[in-house]
Parts: sequence; structure tokens; C-alpha cells
Amino acid sequence: MAVVFEKTRGLTDVSTHYCPGCTHGIIHRLVAESLVELGVLDKSIGIAPVGCAVLAYNYFNCDMQEAAHGRAPAVATGVKRVNPDNFVFTYQGDGDLASIGTAEIVHAAHRGEKISTIFVNNAIYGMTGGQMAPTTLIGQKATTAPYGRDESLTGRPIRISEMLATIDGAKFVERVTVTTPAQIRKAKKAIKECFKIQIEGKGFGIVEVLSTCPTNWGYTPVEAIKWLEKNMIPYYPLGNFKKPEEGR
Amino acid sequence: MAKVLMKGNEAVGAAAIEAGCKFFFGYPITPQNEIPEYMSRELPKVGGMFVQAESEIAAINMVYGAAGAGARVMTSSSSPGISLKQEGISYIAGAELPCVIVNMMRGGPGLGGIQPSQTDYFQATRGGGNGDYRLLVLAPADVQELVDLVIEGFDLADEYRNPVMILGDGMIGQMMEPVEFKEREKSFLPSKAWATTGTNGNRKPNIINSLYLNAEDLEKHNTNLQAKYKKMREKEVRVESYKIEDADIVISAYGTTARIAKTAIAKLEKEGYKVGLIRPISLFPYPYEEFNKIKDDCKGVLTVEMNTGQMIDDVKLALNGRIPAYFYGRTGGMVPTPEEIVEKVKEIYGGEK
Ligand SMILES: Cc1ncc(C[n+]2csc(CCOP(=O)(O)OP(=O)(O)O)c2C)c(N)n1
Ligand code: SF4
Repeated sequence: MAVVFEKTRGLTDVSTHYCPGCTHGIIHRLVAESLVELGVLDKSIGIAPVGCAVLAYNYFNCDMQEAAHGRAPAVATGVKRVNPDNFVFTYQGDGDLASIGTAEIVHAAHRGEKISTIFVNNAIYGMTGGQMAPTTLIGQKATTAPYGRDESLTGRPIRISEMLATIDGAKFVERVTVTTPAQIRKAKKAIKECFKIQIEGKGFGIVEVLSTCPTNWGYTPVEAIKWLEKNMIPYYPLGNFKKPEEGR
Repeated sequence: MAKVLMKGNEAVGAAAIEAGCKFFFGYPITPQNEIPEYMSRELPKVGGMFVQAESEIAAINMVYGAAGAGARVMTSSSSPGISLKQEGISYIAGAELPCVIVNMMRGGPGLGGIQPSQTDYFQATRGGGNGDYRLLVLAPADVQELVDLVIEGFDLADEYRNPVMILGDGMIGQMMEPVEFKEREKSFLPSKAWATTGTNGNRKPNIINSLYLNAEDLEKHNTNLQAKYKKMREKEVRVESYKIEDADIVISAYGTTARIAKTAIAKLEKEGYKVGLIRPISLFPYPYEEFNKIKDDCKGVLTVEMNTGQMIDDVKLALNGRIPAYFYGRTGGMVPTPEEIVEKVKEIYGGEK
């Protein structure tokens, strides 16, 4: 019988620890499939963040380094500079990338570091129990924003993709989500395109993936998807913000 | 090989390259800027690379990545910069990665000043980052020793898979002295089968990590680390002693202050005083046992530092109350003079010789 679907070799056989309905799992699969399909899995070094994806080093079937909170882009820089032929990616949450590690991501992009970043934006700190993130929406409740995020107190949610797209060294910037099969296919396409930028030696690439945190948002997985579509997409519009012009 | 006149900081760079260091990640801070400047100039010539990071935090994390990928890698900084690096140093120690970190100390706390000091002794020997870890800490007293210890530092880092800190100060970084790059056996370069260089489809993935969520596993990891530190304590103690067995007073000092103490001792000897010196070269592991050689009726051990009293804690541990411990220190970038030390020794003698 023809095999129609099988688990990707890009992931190990370890079961993930993610909560039911959390889209981290889908994003892992898309990244892993892309590494395999592009033929770079065996020369990949992944950098795991601090956050719910901290154990990503157990899931991806390639060499991995675990980084301090927010520092993955700096660690990736060290790895890539030593072995430029390796494929190097970071996998980071919004607390990791958009708060404690903003300097590291901005400057990795700015140097045109030939690495790829998967940025999982779930508008909250998942691992530590639902505190406010820089990406938390206005009015959204979090354990450290019990009355809902107040702009006058903590500013407006930070739009990372738009910001990084202004940086010369960033060659590919796209925001996607994984709420429907069609969106999942688009996300996969973006991830592969982003990875190709590194493979072709063009510079820094990032895919921001709008993700859910049913556990800390306090919704069922299905409600969480609906909430994301209704509230996050309007503020964080999907689409490509930057890619190399044809022929360049 | 012929002797060349070199500034301490440049000698650090030359020694690192001699030891096979190919990668340097740093961020400018006085008084160690000649190190990144030297590396930015010389590394490309040997197929290596210098990257000026956006901060010390990024620099040390680049070191982490490069060390994990199997490279010989170094970073340098001075006190406030080393404080920022502590996060990464703790992770590097936890993940058991080899690297060399140079601290050319300046005065603190806070922004302090840019003059030499020895105020980071506690931070270097006790941690500074979180967790129960140790660095191998080496404290050179002249530019030649700086060169030798940097080269040896790379071998030790690889041997123990542990960060090595070269603890100097603004004085040693800035002074010029003749140095010789001695003929030596090629550096011991162990294979790094644990490094993340890509599986090539031939082996299981390598993971560089310091996270152990299971308490038993973390305890076991720490037990292993402690066993490694115990081995360092047994094998890596480095100390220079001078006439301690029959000394009436022993001076204990390291690095720059030890040099000054030697001048003071020469003066005192001319006047008939019997003064010895214990100069720890490794600050971790500390040469506690050397102090057992001092005779019981020694009048006292005088610790001299460019701080308000940090290494004296180790001296007291070594003496364990057997002999009185005294302290003389200057701080803020003030350097103790030989005359000040002479006076202090005479004070301890209490007039009699
Ligand atoms: C230096 C440091 N500060 C704080 C923490 C605690 N911490 C762990 S995960 C996390 C938030 C991660 O949130 P995010 O990056 O959004 O990822 P998510 O868990 O939502 O996937 C924090 C603050 C830490 N581990 N290290
Ligand atoms: S806490 Fe949230 S982000 Fe973390 S695994 Fe659970 S659902 Fe996913």
C-alpha cells in the first residue's frame, strides 16, 4: 500500500509535553518537515529557547543547543560563525524573543546573520503560567495584567515582524498562523522559503507564527483558535513583509 | 624564540592565537580594549574571526554557541562587562563547554573607574552567575606569565570541559614587557565528539544543555561537576613560594600586588627582616596547603590586595586560626606601594626584629 502520510524523520520519537490543543506541536512538525524536505536536517543545529519550547532539543532529530532566555540568536551566531556550512535555526517564544532577547534578535538580523528564526507568538508567557508578554493585546488578561493590558501602563503590543522588516540584514520576514489546514500549508511554505534564504547564503530570515495557548488563555483548543483569529490577526496581520526581489 | 616587547593586552591576543584560538567575541570596555582590537586585526590572518557583539551578554552567548560547535574560543572584558557575562558563564559551566575568559579588572562597584583593581576576586572564585559551579581561575603577575597562562588555559579548558578565567587587572593589561613564545609541544586538542557540528546522518543528535528538570538528574549532574572540581583541586594548584619555611612574616598576594610585595620583601631583607611570600597563581583551586609549610611561631600572614579584603578569606581558611592574619589593601584604582607594605610588615613585627 502506498504511504500517504507518515511521521517526519525530522522529529524524534519522544512525545512532546505541550498541552492539548497547543499549536507548538504543529509548528514543530512544519519546521521538521521543512528541514527534511530541504535536505538540511543532517547538518542542522537548532537552538532551543527558554519558554514552553525549552525541551525542543528532545524533539528535533538534529544537533541542538539550549540557550539562556532570549539569547538564542547570539548562540546561533556563535555556532554559524564556527561552521558556516551548518544550517542553524532558533525556535523562540514571544517572551524570549520580544522581551528579554530583543537586543539579540535585532542585532542578529542587523548583522545579516545567516540563520533562520521561528518566532512563536502566543501573546502570553506560557511556561511560567500566563504572565503578560510584550505581545499581549490591549485589554487581554494575564496573571500580571489581571485587569487586562493597559496601554498607559505597559504600552501597546510590539509588532516584531514589522520592526525587523525595516532592518537591512533581514532578508525574509513573514507572519503566518496555523489555525486551519490552509493556513498550515501557507505556514509551511513560508518556513521553507525562509530556510532557503539561509541555504542560499542571503542573510537573516524569520517566520512569526501566531500560536495559541489554550491553557493560559483559559479557552478550549477550539475557542482558542477562534480567539486568535478574531483578536490576534487584526492586530498582527498575516503576510510577507519582506523577501528578496526576484533575480537578486 | 626571540623575546619581543609586548603590551599585556596584546600579549593575551598573541597567546590565544598561538594556542589555536580561532574565534573571539567581545564588547569594548577600558582597560582591555587592546585585546579585541588585536583580535580584530590578527584573527582574519589565521582564518579566524572576530565579531564585535552588541553587548557582553551577546558576546558570551556567542562564545557558548562557538564552544558548543567545537571551536577554541575566547572573550575578554573588564569588571562591569564580566558582571554582564555571568549569566552566560553559568550556562557555559553548566553545559560543560570549554572557553577562555579574560577579566582585566578595574575598580567598582558599579561603573567604578578605569584604574586597576582586584575587586572581582569573590566573583571569579565563588561564582557570580547562579548555581554551584567553579571556573579555573589563573592570576598572572607579569606579561610572560600572562602569555603562558593564556596558552595553558586553552588546554585546561578542553581537558576539563570548563571555562577558564584569566584574572588580570588594568595594570598588567597596560604594561609592556619582553615576552618569549616558548617552543612547546603542540596544544593538547582532544576530539570533541560531543560538539554540535551536524549529525551527517551518522550518529544520534548531540545536545548542548544545562537544563535538568528532574531533581535527581540535576543532583547527579552537580555531583559530577563537583567530582570534576575535586580533580582540579588535586591536580591544578599552582603557586609560587619564597622562603616561607623560616619566615617571621609571610606576605600573601597574587597578580600585580604580588610583584609589588616582592619589591617590598627585597627592601625588608636588606634591613634583616625574614619575610616570605605565597603567591597563588591558581585562585581556584586555591593553594591552601602551601600555608601549612609556614612555621607555627610565624608572627602573621599579611594579605595584600587591591580591594578591601577578599582573598584574605581564603588565607584565613588556610591558616585556620594557627597564625594571625593581617590585611593591607588599597582600592579605587590606588596601587599599594612597596613602602606602604614595608611599613605594614614592620608594624606587625612590632618594633623587634
Ligand atoms: C533570565 C530568565 N528570566 C526568566 C525566566 C523564566 N521564564 C521561563 S519561560 C518564560 C517566558 C517564556 O515565554 P515565551 O517566550 O512567550 O514562550 P512560551 O512559554 O509562551 O512558549 C520566563 C519568563 C528564565 N528562565 N530566565
Ligand atoms: S502553556 Fe500554553 S504555550 Fe505552553 S504548552 Fe501549554 S498551551 Fe502551549
